[in-house]
Amino acid sequence: MWDYTDKVLELFYNPKYQGVIEDKGEAGVKVAVGEVGSIACGDALRLHLKVEEDTEKILDARFQTFGCTSAIASSEALVELIKGKTLDEALRVTNKEIANYLGGLPEAKMHCSVMGQEALEAAIYNYRGIPLDVHKDDDEGALVCTCFGISDAKIRRVIVENNLTTAEEVTNYVKAGGGCGSCLATIDDIIASVQKESATPVSTSANHSNERSSVKPLTPVQKIALIQKVLDEEVRPVLIADGGDVELFDVEGDRIKVVLQGACGSCSSSTATLKIAIESRLRDRVSKDLVVEAV
Amino acid sequence: MQKNCIYLDNNATTKVDPEVVEAMLPYLTDYYGNPSSMHSFGGQVKKAVNQAQEQVAALLGADESEIIFTSGGTEGDNAAIRAALLAQPDKRHIITTQVEHPAVLSLCKQLEKQGYSITYLSVNHEGQLDLNELEASLTGNTALVTIMYANNETGVVFPIEQIGVRVKEHGALFHVDAVQAVGKIPMNMKTSTIDMLTMSGHKIHAPKGIGALYVRRGVRFRPMLIGGGQQRGRRAGTENVPGVVALGKAAELELLHLEEATARERKLRDRLEQTIIATIPDCQVNGHSTQRLPNTTNIGFKYIEGEAILYLLNQYGICASSGSACSSGSLEPSHVLRAMGLPYTILHGSIRFSLCRYTTDAEIDTVLAVMPGIVERLRALSPFKNDEASWLQERSMVISH
Repeated sequence: MWDYTDKVLELFYNPKYQGVIEDKGEAGVKVAVGEVGSIACGDALRLHLKVEEDTEKILDARFQTFGCTSAIASSEALVELIKGKTLDEALRVTNKEIANYLGGLPEAKMHCSVMGQEALEAAIYNYRGIPLDVHKDDDEGALVCTCFGISDAKIRRVIVENNLTTAEEVTNYVKAGGGCGSCLATIDDIIASVQKESATPVSTSANHSNERSSVKPLTPVQKIALIQKVLDEEVRPVLIADGGDVELFDVEGDRIKVVLQGACGSCSSSTATLKIAIESRLRDRVSKDLVVEAV
Repeated sequence: MQKNCIYLDNNATTKVDPEVVEAMLPYLTDYYGNPSSMHSFGGQVKKAVNQAQEQVAALLGADESEIIFTSGGTEGDNAAIRAALLAQPDKRHIITTQVEHPAVLSLCKQLEKQGYSITYLSVNHEGQLDLNELEASLTGNTALVTIMYANNETGVVFPIEQIGVRVKEHGALFHVDAVQAVGKIPMNMKTSTIDMLTMSGHKIHAPKGIGALYVRRGVRFRPMLIGGGQQRGRRAGTENVPGVVALGKAAELELLHLEEATARERKLRDRLEQTIIATIPDCQVNGHSTQRLPNTTNIGFKYIEGEAILYLLNQYGICASSGSACSSGSLEPSHVLRAMGLPYTILHGSIRFSLCRYTTDAEIDTVLAVMPGIVERLRALSPFKNDEASWLQERSMVISH
């Protein structure tokens, strides 16, 4: 048997949030569903969210899971983690938090926690009308793992998000390479490529970090100035090229409020823009604790 | 540690028979001499080894000189395959099946990399071979045909003697992995076409780490383990005497109980599977309806996953096995069930129950009492209810061998 924690077994044996949430047309409430996986892959999760429209607060959540003990426990953990949160807060729940909530998962079962996070994102993206795929980029690029239908882009994303360094770890997180194994060498190449790509920014950011640690921490004014600089020099040119723009609205501690403008304001992928293009860049350049919200 | 359970995983391993324990104990304590020694203290141990050879030979319908003791099934399979190839260096083709145990399949994969050509025979949806495919694959270059007697996951029994006739017509050697079949199917090597046959002790109520390889007299055999001259030079290394004695006693008991025990197991197995099929919707037996071991049933439960079923069974102290990916280290479901072309709705939710002569009516009653609730509970959690959902089979999975 797998070396599951007591928490995994407790949630598996006594799930409280399984089932569906039906849309009864309640005023001010919207129901959204996110689906990931398939029966061919051996695990699948359909997550139902009941959201208060004014506050975007998750009033209730339910799951339907096809999968093993840890997949069911991860689904239950996910619901326990996100109930009562706003959608923006929920979007910040990572697969690591799901695994940690369970007291850890066997390495080979980490993909169960990834499935939970992806279902959550799918549900929130559906709520916000962003079409279909959780990570639009995931289905772009070459198909690497034909056994489980996993693309180069998705493998790259999971490597970056979880600091993975071996093909075995990639298999544990997204299953890629866990079938016939013929793509394991390609996964090794992707890891090497990601490490090479991140080498410069990492050293730059390490330098920044060293600079920051060797001097005093940023004052609020310095912090705002740095945020503005990064937005002006690194983020806005990219958005402007796509017909959009972003303006710094306010800074409250680590909460950065921005206004998306032009094409970005009406774009169906604005959540992705916010999270991937702006927040990750500011986290890299200014502080890893920053959270970016649109106003 | 869980001690008392309803153990229905006997194709994985079996309880050591108390009589077997009793027989082997003196060879762990008082009779510790080396059977190769020239003194009488070793000589009496040698006699015990010889007696075990006779007991195993009796179970197989063989001569005691044709029995080599091994460490178990994997060694037996490896030794037989390598011996056959070394004895026929000019032949570079092997025939096996897609559903063999990894002890054969993994070695074949390795041999493929060393330049051997391997034919992996397919099976149909009932897990049975097509003899025409075998016939078409045999050539003058075929050194060896290695095929299991009965499949460990589904219990499907292959027509070994019909296969053997065809193999002999083409002058190839014929090895049979009979780890699951010995003790469940009567064997008579004297009238058989089999050249080499592997068996394992822990599948027949002997301890783990002991097995035997039958090698027909006259078959050229090149040993895998080389060293001292033990076992007529065919397997070097001091014999695992307590294990050998245990295997001998277990073989004697298997022969004694074979007819009565298999009839009883078949009756219990049939009741188990027929009641499950009758009372639980959307499930099916995987494997041939009649050409199957008497103790094995493999049942696929649609829309739910095998490991989750096992963990719920475990709550009731019931031990079974699953061919699902999540219960194994691999991420892909059973290669046997995939080779049978089963739909994904069945593939991930298959459970194997394997019985033995200790299995009782009451134990089967308990399984039958809890199984519907377990399936219902997991189906209540599952997003899949029928075969029409668009995302049910949206991604394909490549079958590799």
